[in-house]
Amino acid sequence: MNSVGEACTDMKREYDQCFNRWFAEKFLKGDGSGDPCTDLFKRYQQCVQKAIKEKEIPIEGLEFMGHSKEKPEGSS
Amino acid sequence: MVKYFLGQSVLRSSWDQVFAAFWQRYPNPYSKHVLTEDIVHREVTPDQKLLSRRLLTKTNRMPRWAERLFPANVAHSVYILEDSIVDPQNQTMTTFTWNINHARLMMVEERCVYCVNADNSGWTEIRREAWVSSSLFGVSRAVQEFGLARFKSNVTKTMKGFEYILAKLQGEAPSKTLVETAKEAKEKAKETALAATEKAKDLASKAATKPPQQRQQFV
Repeated sequence: MNSVGEACTDMKREYDQCFNRWFAEKFLKGDGSGDPCTDLFKRYQQCVQKAIKEKEIPIEGLEFMGHSKEKPEGSS
Repeated sequence: MVKYFLGQSVLRSSWDQVFAAFWQRYPNPYSKHVLTEDIVHREVTPDQKLLSRRLLTKTNRMPRWAERLFPANVAHSVYILEDSIVDPQNQTMTTFTWNINHARLMMVEERCVYCVNADNSGWTEIRREAWVSSSLFGVSRAVQEFGLARFKSNVTKTMKGFEYILAKLQGEAPSKTLVETAKEAKEKAKETALAATEKAKDLASKAATKPPQQRQQFV
């Protein structure tokens, strides 16, 4: 899968590989410490956050998980 | 006015397989409309939950009639954020996904909860809710309000006109001079129309400037 920043795709794939291994073998088994991917993540983030700014993608200031949504009345 | 969706799905795989697959599902033969994928935030909380924010860009496929109505939107891909919380201790994952552009035209918000299937612990169920809304509803309300207000002020003019001509035909001197009565009716109509225009402007600008995630609180 490509990154939104064309120059970042390789860094993204490297990070993804590291993350997927850590996620399945450590994190899901209860060992959330010692993330071995932090350096790869930093490099990748530097690249992609720059691309996001250049493309003016409006990801700033958005609350995590939006806000809690409840079922609206009377909607189909 | 919001369209609401509620659905449930089952994957015949265990929760840990599903959670791992969640991060690897792009690309796949059914995701040709997904152009890019990036993690833009990730952290492990003190209570061992994984918080992530994923940015996706997707093609903006509209029916032909929509392309004609909204030509400015055609050229731009859709940017979507997907926030997620993975809780391996409770074997659940919650996601919230929404578009951060084209938001005034249409906003789709989706909330999913993934958990172990109640009947089969080797399966995973997904409870999915979505809300589809559009600020175009606000614009149509403003048009309606304006139309009704203008109609009412025209009714006032109609009745004043009737009274005037009836009085004239019945040889009565109208209670005020011709010029004063007509002026009064015109002033009243102008005030009503102005009040209606302000209200319509207010409704339309509220609809247009609503921040992407601001919603009425539903009970």
